[in-house]
Amino acid sequence: MTEHKYLMFLGCAIPYRVAAYEISARKILQRLGVEIVEMPEFNCCGLPLDPVSHETMLILAARNLAIAEQKGLDIVALCPGCAGTLKKVSKMLREDKHLCEEINGRLKEAGLEYKGTVTSKHLLQVLVEDVGLEKIKEMIVRPLTNMKVAEHNGCHILRPKEYIGFDDPEDPKTLKTLIEATGATCLDYMDETECCGAPSVGVNDKIALQLARDKLNHIKTVDAQALITICPFCHIMYDTNELRIEKMFNEVYGIPILHYPQLLGLAMGMSPEELAFNELRVDCSKILGQVCEGGK
Amino acid sequence: MTETAEKPIKASEIDSKFKYEISKMHGGEKVMRCFQCGTCTSDCPVARFSETYRPRQIIRMAQLGLRDRVLNSDTLWLCAACFTCTDRCPQDVEVASVIRVLRNLAAEKGIVPQVFKEEASSILESGYAYRIPELRLKKRETSGLPPLPKGNPQSVGKTLREISFLKCVEKKGG
Repeated sequence: MTEHKYLMFLGCAIPYRVAAYEISARKILQRLGVEIVEMPEFNCCGLPLDPVSHETMLILAARNLAIAEQKGLDIVALCPGCAGTLKKVSKMLREDKHLCEEINGRLKEAGLEYKGTVTSKHLLQVLVEDVGLEKIKEMIVRPLTNMKVAEHNGCHILRPKEYIGFDDPEDPKTLKTLIEATGATCLDYMDETECCGAPSVGVNDKIALQLARDKLNHIKTVDAQALITICPFCHIMYDTNELRIEKMFNEVYGIPILHYPQLLGLAMGMSPEELAFNELRVDCSKILGQVCEGGK
Repeated sequence: MTETAEKPIKASEIDSKFKYEISKMHGGEKVMRCFQCGTCTSDCPVARFSETYRPRQIIRMAQLGLRDRVLNSDTLWLCAACFTCTDRCPQDVEVASVIRVLRNLAAEKGIVPQVFKEEASSILESGYAYRIPELRLKKRETSGLPPLPKGNPQSVGKTLREISFLKCVEKKGG
């Protein structure tokens, strides 16, 4: 029997180029008894356009919330940017009656209305708050006890604190705890909460890549075997760009970048194939060989 | 010295009403609280690698009323919106939101970096911020993923009618 039921909010980056995250997240949610319903209609959460038009962002986010309300289901987002935006806009509209009326005036044009009846969560929150650590630990059949990894939360799952209200942005513990539930060791390193740089891509690529390089350097220093992410944009910065960063700055990393559901899926006994490890750019064969026979 | 601070300030450049205009916008309400401690700049990941981006300076320019200087500045677009400055500001200025307000004002003047035009036109077309290739959609099927939820451009268009920034996107074709 399913105890939890959510509308899946995929966002734009995941279907565009981060399939492994979606595939592995759906697999673990199914195994953990979380029922997923697809959004009947979708538009971008609005975050990418906030810098140029705050009003557009508010309308786009409120549209999605209103659509979710029609379905009567809470939202689970895999992207912290989407989760954060939907949370922030919910809070703004609930607390500012005038703003809510203004946005609803817009939504009315499309036969929609925001009422404030659904909540939005990131995948990580569903895992710790709904499924619970105990249940996750019960599902571990292949503890990853010989793996030493590092985590990267990214910014939007934690900040701005006032709107997100999840974990401690200065010393986040949730992802670490979830990693340790798989049996793996989660290493501390310098500047753990530093931004990946993704939002600067397209405006100033060099700064973005320097930020990502900084992170990879810190992780290399502590000999992490992999970096675990929970955001499609952070993943693109480190996995898709790792080779580019190595060439640009004359560095050697070879650090695999895993989506958290891939790590958890491995510990739950799923195969690398099921968890779409083949979609990752950086070679994972070394760590996979350590976990499963023949790396399969 | 940074690009925006190179030239001496002339009295004729100062628009004393600018800070009031900012503080009337969502996110800009607390711009006048800033007492220039510099926490934002010292903790800013972008400032670490940029020779020109200094959030404290942007806030000061806004307070002083240097409207054109700040709105025409390229550095305004470097903020990565990580919100570290917002969370650590001792005066609760919501620095990242003030910077967003300034970007919104620049966009109203028609200053919009290409990347945002592309995302906006894609959203208006398909609902998604990126144009998802046909191959990706087909691959979803073979990977056992459900079909991607459809956008509703007509309905999105209705709710976004007469937003000035989008007119600039349509006119220039994204």
